[in-house]
Parts: sequence; C-alpha cells; structure tokens
Amino acid sequence: MTIINRLSLGVAISALCATMAFAETELTVYTAVEAEDLARYAETFNKDHPDIKVNWVRDSTGVITAKLLAEKNNPQADLIWGLAATSLLVLKTEGMLEPYAPAGLDKLDPKFRDGDNPPSWVGMDAWVASICYNTVEGGKLGLTAPTSWMDLTKPEYAGHVVMPNPASSGTGFLDVSSWLQIFGEDKGWEYMDALHNNIAAYTHSGSKPCKMAASGETVIGVSFAFRGAKSKADGAPIEIIVPSEGIGWDMEASALIAGTAKEEAAKTLLDWSITPKAMEMYNVGYAVVGIPGIAKPVEHFPEGITDAMIDNDFEWAANNRSAILDEWTKRYDTKSEPKG
Amino acid sequence: MTDLSLPAGPAIKLKLDRDGAIKRLFMGIIALYLVVALALPLYTMLSKSFVTYSFELDRYEFQVSDEAGVFGDPVTAAALNQQLGVFTADDLRSNSDGRLTATDFFPDFSFRSPVKYRLRGTTANAPYLVGLDLQNTTEWREYDSNTFRRINLRPVTSVGPQNYVEYFSNPTLFSSIENSVFIAAVSTVLTVVFAFGFAYALNRSCMRFKGFFRLVAMMPILVPSLLPGIALIYLFGNQGMLKSLLMGQSIYGPLGIVIGSVFFTFPHAMIIITTALSIADQRQYEAAESLRASKWRTFWTVTIPGARYGLISAAFVTFTLVITDFGLPKVIGGQYNVLAIDIYKQVIGQQNFEMGAVVSVILLIPAVLAFYVDRQVQKKQVSLLSARSVPYQPRPNRRFDALCLGWCALMAVFIVGIIAICQYAALIKFWPYDLSLSLNNYAFDKMDGGGWAAYWNSIKLAGLTAVFGTVIVFTGAYMVEKIDGFKTGRGIFQFLAMLPMAVPGMVLGLAYIFFFNNPANPLHVIYGTMTILVVSTVTHFYTVGHLTALTALKQIDAEFEPVASSLRQPFYRLFTRVTVPVCLPAILDISIYMFVNAMTTVSAVVFIYSTHTALASVAVLNMDDAGDIAPAAAMGMMIFYTNAGARLLHLFASRRILGRTQAWRLR
Amino acid sequence: MMTSDHTGGAQAAGAAPYLQIKGLWKAFGDFLALKDINLDIEAGEFICFLGPSGCGKTTLLRAVAGLDPQTRGNIRQAGVDISSLPPSRRDYGIVFQSYALFPNLTVARNIAFGLENTGRPKAEIKARVAELLNLVGLPEQADKYPAQLSGGQQQRIALARAIAIKPGLLLLDEPLSALDAKVRVHLRHEIKGLQRKLGVTTIMVTHDQEEALSMADRIVVMNHGTVEQIGTPTQIYRHPATLFVADFIGETNKVASVFKGSRVALGNLSLSTAATGFAEGDAVTIAVRPEDVVPHSTAVMGEGGLNMLPVTITDMEFLGSFWRSHLRSPVLGDTPLIANFSINAVRRLDMKPGTDLVAELPAERVLVFPRGA
Repeated sequence: MTIINRLSLGVAISALCATMAFAETELTVYTAVEAEDLARYAETFNKDHPDIKVNWVRDSTGVITAKLLAEKNNPQADLIWGLAATSLLVLKTEGMLEPYAPAGLDKLDPKFRDGDNPPSWVGMDAWVASICYNTVEGGKLGLTAPTSWMDLTKPEYAGHVVMPNPASSGTGFLDVSSWLQIFGEDKGWEYMDALHNNIAAYTHSGSKPCKMAASGETVIGVSFAFRGAKSKADGAPIEIIVPSEGIGWDMEASALIAGTAKEEAAKTLLDWSITPKAMEMYNVGYAVVGIPGIAKPVEHFPEGITDAMIDNDFEWAANNRSAILDEWTKRYDTKSEPKG
Repeated sequence: MTDLSLPAGPAIKLKLDRDGAIKRLFMGIIALYLVVALALPLYTMLSKSFVTYSFELDRYEFQVSDEAGVFGDPVTAAALNQQLGVFTADDLRSNSDGRLTATDFFPDFSFRSPVKYRLRGTTANAPYLVGLDLQNTTEWREYDSNTFRRINLRPVTSVGPQNYVEYFSNPTLFSSIENSVFIAAVSTVLTVVFAFGFAYALNRSCMRFKGFFRLVAMMPILVPSLLPGIALIYLFGNQGMLKSLLMGQSIYGPLGIVIGSVFFTFPHAMIIITTALSIADQRQYEAAESLRASKWRTFWTVTIPGARYGLISAAFVTFTLVITDFGLPKVIGGQYNVLAIDIYKQVIGQQNFEMGAVVSVILLIPAVLAFYVDRQVQKKQVSLLSARSVPYQPRPNRRFDALCLGWCALMAVFIVGIIAICQYAALIKFWPYDLSLSLNNYAFDKMDGGGWAAYWNSIKLAGLTAVFGTVIVFTGAYMVEKIDGFKTGRGIFQFLAMLPMAVPGMVLGLAYIFFFNNPANPLHVIYGTMTILVVSTVTHFYTVGHLTALTALKQIDAEFEPVASSLRQPFYRLFTRVTVPVCLPAILDISIYMFVNAMTTVSAVVFIYSTHTALASVAVLNMDDAGDIAPAAAMGMMIFYTNAGARLLHLFASRRILGRTQAWRLR
Repeated sequence: MMTSDHTGGAQAAGAAPYLQIKGLWKAFGDFLALKDINLDIEAGEFICFLGPSGCGKTTLLRAVAGLDPQTRGNIRQAGVDISSLPPSRRDYGIVFQSYALFPNLTVARNIAFGLENTGRPKAEIKARVAELLNLVGLPEQADKYPAQLSGGQQQRIALARAIAIKPGLLLLDEPLSALDAKVRVHLRHEIKGLQRKLGVTTIMVTHDQEEALSMADRIVVMNHGTVEQIGTPTQIYRHPATLFVADFIGETNKVASVFKGSRVALGNLSLSTAATGFAEGDAVTIAVRPEDVVPHSTAVMGEGGLNMLPVTITDMEFLGSFWRSHLRSPVLGDTPLIANFSINAVRRLDMKPGTDLVAELPAERVLVFPRGA
C-alpha cells in the first residue's frame, strides 16, 4: 500500500512539475471541432508555443453556444477556437466578443472574417452542406442519385430522406437559410413544404443523417461533406453529392471572449489560428480553408465545392434566425407528419 | 378536580445541551444542502419561466433629417407605432433572440436616400443592433440610410406570464403534452400488466428458476434508459434484423418509445407489485376455497383487491418514469415530440432558456401529481402490511406452473434479448455492410461524447455519489427520525427530502444552470465541476435513499437515545457505535442504489456536465446523436458490466461485512 | 407479600426532599396529560407511579427524565432546579420496558457503554462491569449478545447498565411488563433487593397493582393526569382516599347510598361507619372489600348485631388460598355481594351454593365516598 501510494504521489508530482515547466498560461478554449482533431490541433500549436496550455471544452455547436450564452454574465472561456460563424454572430450581438485584428489578417479570404474593423471573429475553414446517398440501398429500391436540391422533392424519394432539425442543429439551420437565399423566401418555403413530404426524420444532430445513410438506415441524408467523406473512408457505400443549385456553408471560426483575464495568450493563439501552418492543419479534414491557395484536395471530397458555395449572408441569417425557426417549427415540427 | 385548567405562563423549554446543538447543526447543514441543491434552483427556474422578452418602443427615440440634412423633432418609436400601427401588441412580444427592424417605422424609407437618421435610448437599457454590433446608449447616434436599414431593435426582459400564454397557444408545443401523456399511459398499462404477470408467477406458482428470473428482471435497472432504444434500432430499424415483423410500421416514434419504456420501467413495477402480492393472506384464499369460489373469481375478489395499492403505486411510478424520461424519445422518438424532448430542444437547440423553464414547470405537474397519489397509496399499503397475516404458500399445479414459466421465459427473452443485441451491435464492424467482429466501436477516444475519460468520470461520479450521497442521506434521515423537539424544522426537512422524487432530472439540471451559473451566486465555482454533478445526482436520487434509511431507523428502538443521554454519552457515540452498525444493510443498499443510478442517469446531468466531466451515460446519448450508434451501444454495455460488477461486489461485501459485524443477529 | 408499614426510607428530619415536583402540568395541544402534580420523594425511597393506561404516569416519569419536558412547573433534584435541564445534564439511570439494549454490542460492552468515554482506565471499567454482572447474577454472560439472552436476563442487563454510572435516581418504565408471570414475580424481589442494597432513590412506573404493592415504599396513584393518593401500600389499600383508588387497588363491592345521621342507608338497613365529614342527605357510594366481609351462621341473626345482612350463596369459586363467593341479599336487590372467605370459614360454616348466611360488614371497614366523584 505505502509503496503504491508513494509511487503515485511521485508520478503526480513529476506530472505537476512537467506542466509547470512548460505551461505558464492555461487557456480555456471552447470549441465544436470534431473530438478526434482536438489533440492534433493543440499539439501542433504547442510546437510553436509550448508555454500556452490549451484546455478544451468541447461539445456540439448547439450545446457550446447554449453554454456560452448561459455563461454570458460570467464567461468561463478565454477564447473560442472552432465554432460555427453563425453562433459567433449570435454571441457578437450579445456583446460577448472582443474585436481584435490578428496578425496576418490581410492574407485571409474576406469571406472568412467579420466585416467590422477590427473583426470580432476570424474564420478557419468552411464546412459545406451536401447530400450523402447510399448507393446500395438506392439500388435495391431502384432509385437514381439526386443531383440537385430540387430532386429531393421527387415522389420516388418519399420516406427516404433524412435531414437535421434546424431548431437543434447548426447544419440544419445552414440548409434552411441557404435554401431561403437560393430560392428566395417564398419559393424557399414552398420547396421545404414539398421536401417535408419526403422526409423520414428530422435528426437532432447534423452528422447523423449522413451516418444513417452510411449504415443504410436511410437512403439520402442531408448533411455536410466532411462527415460524408469520413464515412466513405470507413467503407460506407455512399456517394457525396453537391447539389447543382449551390450549397450553404458555414465556417469554423475563432474569437476572443470579451473580458478574458488572459488576453495576451489568447491573442497569441488567435494569431496562430490563421497562420498558413494552421490552415494546413485544418486542411487535413476540410477541403476549404481561410487562406486561398493553401488547400490541397481531401480524399473522398466531391469536386467543385468551392465554386458551389453560395454567397452566404451571415448577418441576414443571424438577424432572421429567430423568425426562420419560428416559421419552420410552425410548419413542420408537429407529430402528425409523415414518417418512414 | 376535573375543571382544572393550565395556569398562564410560558411553556418550559429545555436548555440546549451540546448534543442537541450538534444535532440541530447537522440537521441545519443537511437542510441547507437541500435548500441550496433543490429549493433555490427550482425557485430560480420558476422565476426564469416568468422572464419574458418584449420590445419596449418608448425606450427608443428617432430623429429624421430632410434631404438637406436638417433634423426634425425627436419622436419615440412608440409614438410612431401608434401613428402607423405597424406592430400589434402581439408582434412586440419576443424571445431572447428577437429582432425588430427599425426601418419598419418609416414607410418612406429608401436606403439610397440622402436622408439621415438619429437614434438614442430614452432610458439606460435600450439595446439595438447596427448590423451585428450591439448598441445600448442614451446618446444620439447618427446613421445614413444605408446603415439605418441594418438597424434592429432588441427586446428587453420583464416579468409576466406571457411565456405560458405563448406555450399554450402554440399547437406544436401543446401537442407534446398530449403525446407525453399518451405514451406514458400506454406504457404504464403494458408495463403493469406484464410486470403483474411476472410478479404473480414468482409469488403464486411453484415454477422453477425463480431466482434466475428475479435476477433477469433486475437487469434493466443497470443500463441507461436509452439503451433499449439502440437495441430496437438494430432489431426493427430500416436495416433491422426483424424489421419484417413490424409489417411496415416504423419503430421510430411512439411504438419504439413504448417498447423501450416497458423495458426500462419493468423492474420498478415488478418490485412494487411483488411486495404487494407477498403480503397476501393465506387464510383469505382458504376461505375462498371453502366457499367453493372458482379460481377466476378468487383472482378478482381476493388477489386483485389485495394487490390494488401495489398496482396503483406501480402504475404511478411507471407513469412518472416514462413521462419524465428523455433518453428514449431522443434515441427512437423520431419526429414524435414529448415534453422532455421539448426542454432539450428549447435549451440546446434554440437557446431559449425561458421556454425551457416553462416546459420544465409543466413537466413538473404530472410528476408532482403522480408522486402525491403514490404517497397516499403508500401510506395505505403500510397499514395493510402491519396487519398480521399468514403468508401465502403456493401449491404445485402443473398446467399453471408451466404457464407461469412460459410467461416469465417470454419476458426474460425480451430483457436478455435487448441487452444481448446491444452487445452484439457493439462488436460488429460496420452494420449492415461488414458483419465481421471487431473492437473498433470501443475506441471511444475517436468519437464524440468524451471518450474513455467519460467512462472513468462516470465511475468517479458513481463512487463519489455513493459515498457522499449515503453519508448525507443517512445522516439527514437520522436527524429527522431521532431528534427530539424542533417539530416545524423536521416537517420542513421531511418535505424537502420527499421533493426530489417529484422533480424530473432534466428539470433539476436546468434549474442548476439557472441557479449555479450566476456570477452573483457564491456557489458558482462548482459550476462545470465534478462537484455539481455529484450534488445533482445525490439530490435527484435523494428520496428513495431517505425512505430506505427512515425505514431502517424506524425499526431501531426509539429508547436508545434516551438511554444514551441518561448514560451521559454524546449522541454521535451512539450513532457510530450502535445506529450505523445496526443499519449497515440499509446503508449498503443506499450506496449501491446511488452508484447504479449515478452510472445510468442522463437526465440529471445532461445540462450540467462539462468537457472535463463528460460522462458515460451522456456519451451514449451524444454518440447516438452523432450517428455513432454502435459505439453508443458499446458504451452502454460498459455501463451495464460496471453496474453488474458493482452489484456483485456489493453482494459479496454485504455478506462479508454482515458476517463479521452482524453476528448478533444470529441467535 | 406486603412490605412493612413504614412510610419512607432514609427520612432525615428537616432535610429537603431528594426530588421535589411542584405544580407540574403537561399539555399536548389541548389535552392536559398532567394537571398540577405535586410530589416530594425522599432520598432512598422506592416510589411507584400506579394507574391505568393513559393516566399520565409515564408522562410524569418522562418529565422527570427530561425526555418530554413539562409545560409548567418545577422539578428539583438534590436541591438543584432541573426543570429545564436536558436529559444529559440530569442525574439518573433509566430502564425501559423494551430493555433498549444495543443489539450489536455484547453484554459487557452494553454495561460499559456509560463508563467508557469518561477517562476511566480500561481495567477499572472491566472490574466494574464484572462487579455489576455479579450483582445482577449473570457473571457468565459477558460475551453474549442481547439476542442470545432470555427476556429476564436482558432486563437485568439493562438494569446493570443503568446503575453502572451510579446515578442519583433510578427510573424504571414498566420494566417487568414484557416478561412472563413467573419471571416477573422473581425479578420483583431482585430489583427491590438491589435497590435496598444500593440505596438509590427509585421511581417505577407500573399499571400492575400487585407489583406496586409488593415493591414500593410509597405509591403514587394517578388517574386522568392527577394524583389520587400518595401513601404506603397499606395506607393505599386500607385507607383509599378516593373511590377510584379503592376500586383500582384490590377489589371492592360498591353500592350507592345516602348519608343519614352518621350512618349510611343500605336498602332498608342502615350501616354504621367510621367515615366522617359527610352532611346529612349527602349522596355517597359505599365500598367494602370482599375480604372484609365476615361470615356468620344464620344463628347470629337474632343477636341483632350491627351491620349484619342476610345473604344466600349463589356461586363459589375456589382460588387456592380462599373461596370467592357470590352472595345475594334481599337488602341489595340484584347487586351481588362478592366476598372472599377463608378455607377455614368455608369448612366451619359448611358453605356451598344455596347456603344461607349472615354477612357482617364491620363498621370500620365500610368505606364511604362522595358519589359522582
């Protein structure tokens, strides 16, 4: 007993020393970046800045946003690194973000930054909508792959389409707001009325429709390209389709939390988050990154994604979010709807 | 001599001795715990549900220039609205994310015009957005037309019942109440019927394998409520093994929720009904037999009335469990909205905390009602129990015993099947395209949900909950039961201790966000830590532990305390030397109850866990949410094995400890 | 069976009583459980609180113990006002009907419970426990658990535990009621003997009159929250202060009557009595104990003795040491007269059902109480 105690005490002390030696500042970083990428991001960052320790607080976009809003009067985070821009806009309207122009801001694609100067947030990589189509199950049912958003309303797909619920999923909201922008408001709602007839389920998370398509639980999953590429890499019989009308997108972005006590370190991290080195790091999973010309093609990603990205009006989306969700909920979120 | 009356004067009060002071201090501390961990958060939540957002138009003042840039008189938005009538009172109600476009007050607005606008707040709190920039000032700010079109007014908070009005006028949200009640009612009927059959077979037949069936019936308690949902997807989902059995029906929706609910509420109902059946009186049956009543008649005139309190109690417990459960509808509910899901959607999906609070308050109503009825029934059952009766002895009857065996086997196949499917699913590489076995799904670190760390966190939480929960609950119960005087205090304490039973876990969790995540609250330091999870879990499961402790304490001679104080011994010496050792079996029961529930609970912690304190049960939910169903099943099975292991350990530990310390029980 | 007729233990002249209860009241809501109780107990006395259930005797004991404090009134023990002291600061040992032995501690540890934690050396505690076990006659049982002992043994252990700390006052709350009749009688003597030996002032609550009569130096008879009478067993028995006492202790024949010129009317007879303090025409109840009825042969009738009435035996029960006889008398109408006749008298007068006798009710044994009290 005593020996074990001493041993573990020793380990604890040396671990303590190790952290003390290298990490003078600890940052609490809120993020919605995929769990498996987090360690890699922190590791790469620490190669350049060993003196800053990153303490991740990770959850899905909705939960992290809810958490940040709940903590509005008592922010726990120093920094946000990797959260949907749409969410950052919400935080901005609450006055929770500290405007800051990180070094190297001029290299960033103007789409990938807050319009204000200095910007309240800067983008990392884009995150695009797309359709996951299960070729095996589609074949069994004698279906053909859709090529456009409009295709999804065809009667043959009835009960075979799954999409995320915009009220609980960032991806879902992205889809809805992009349709309203692509088709115009009235046509957009008409489109969704038609689509609704084909929907088997509205999921709570954005990646689930694609995973359901991957496992054949549904044929068509409205999701995002990144998820589709991963499932395909895992061996799922799916096709990732970029609809011809164009695709909605959002970006993972970063921002300082107003009033952080560790401004210096937080700015260092924010500066680093838009360096070419960081962009290369994002490129491992994301086909589109903030600095033009850096991205290399990502395996299993469909072609022509950058061109298909619509000119997304984030301000419009943020300022109309509440109204859009109210309308959507009123139209589709009842029990009497068709189910697969 | 008879018409004596009490002379005037103050009633004699005993001086407080050190013992009394310590006891009161302890009870005060634990009561304070319950107030802080329960009453205050609920109160905060209740008040939050009355926080409403609306646009206060008299707080904004505009000035408009002509084309030459000369400004006219200031005019409030309220005055403009009165003049134009663009917004009705209804339009001015909003939520925390509401926007009101400023240009709507100016019908002639054109963004190309050289007209300029000024805007200011007339009071300190008049927020508006320029684009996405928050402004809140009483200074005049000037904007050109092109900027002015990007101005949105923001709502401010006030207090009123508006959220409730809105809730009940929203057919979508309102239909959730119907759905919840429907699901709970159907599940209750099925569970009670199934569990009654099972309990009846265990109590009234001479079938074989009773011990085995008893064990199997308890299995669902060891897993999170959403695990059966996952199994049902593998069985009846679109790629399910037995999909054809549903004949085109979808498992996603009420059907899935009901089957899953029957699974996870089965043991609860079974325990209660077994207790009710086991108090039957042999003599009544003998009487019925001597009156030549048929078996069927005896069943309806003796068995059912005798067990009626148990049946009612089981029904209400099942009803409450189903209506407050959140994991199952989340996993397999499809588009079927229920109250518990609404809370989750409002809070996590839309960040509409106020509406989340409203739904929580509504969810409290059926739970409180069910709880109240259950308490009333329990009281009656107790008086039934105390009657002296001759326990019923079943006689062998081949046909009946075979029937019972068949029924129990059916239920056992259902329960074991669900769990086995989960284990199988967890080991499949890529359902349904690659059925080779692999441990890939146990690589939790590569998935959402918190990885293996979540599993270890859960064990830590369960351990801490078991230790602290048991200490707090038992000490609290001791103070209530054995303290003398101080009646009002004890009454309040007893009420607080019973309250958690009626508070759904999600409601408690949401209340914790409101209460603890407030910088003005000195306790907010525990927010996001393991401590708040332990507090939440202990509080959520307080009542059952409290009742167990009370029952054990009531069986102890009430004269121990007077004897100890006459021997001038402090109460804590009696407590440690006698009370605790005598109650050890109950104490061990409370701790395993706390442990198992801390491992499986989702609802009590889903709002308050943080990344560092991710939990296995929540990981199951989140992995399923992300579509990683097989890993979710794998994690669910880890919880199952851990709980099964803990139970075994508890069994051995109890035997050993009892063997050593309870020698006195043997004559 | 009865103890001697002395009126108290060590009654030092002039000294204040050891325990003094003054104007004690206890209210439970509107219900008055104790009404103006006044009682002095001398050091070394053995006092019994006797009365039917619900009379307040246990309430009074618990007030003395500080377990259920009185609503009004004072209690002084050894010259100290203990009225508002918590139990732990009073000086008494207590034994309950349930024994309240700690089930998980051995007999020795039970007895040592009050001795430990007081800074006494272990050896001293051990010696004291052994001494106490000897005192209660159970020297071999030290290492047993309570559940392994008989009821009587458990009660003796409870007693040993209570006196281990040498309390100034010993409180016994129905200590014998849970025991078998034989054990009970045996333990009575033991407890009484022990109390004498230790000289500890003792209060015992009981509803069993035999127990009270055989053990107490003085008995406090209680009814409806008041004290009916305080006195030695013989006083209580021979000179009951109230009809209730007469009725509750022992047996009595009761007849309604009227007081007339220092005599009381009984049918067409009138009985002389030693009772005084009644006015002409007062409604009274006459009480005569069965053993005070003296049988004579019908031959004495003509002698015209006082307080003689003709009776016929209707029924006889043999109760071992005497015959209980049911008598009828034309004087009494339908009310039977119960009399206990010695075996000798029965033989002498050749009594059997149907025998006519003359029953004498000696004037000094005719008790008279105001009616309706």
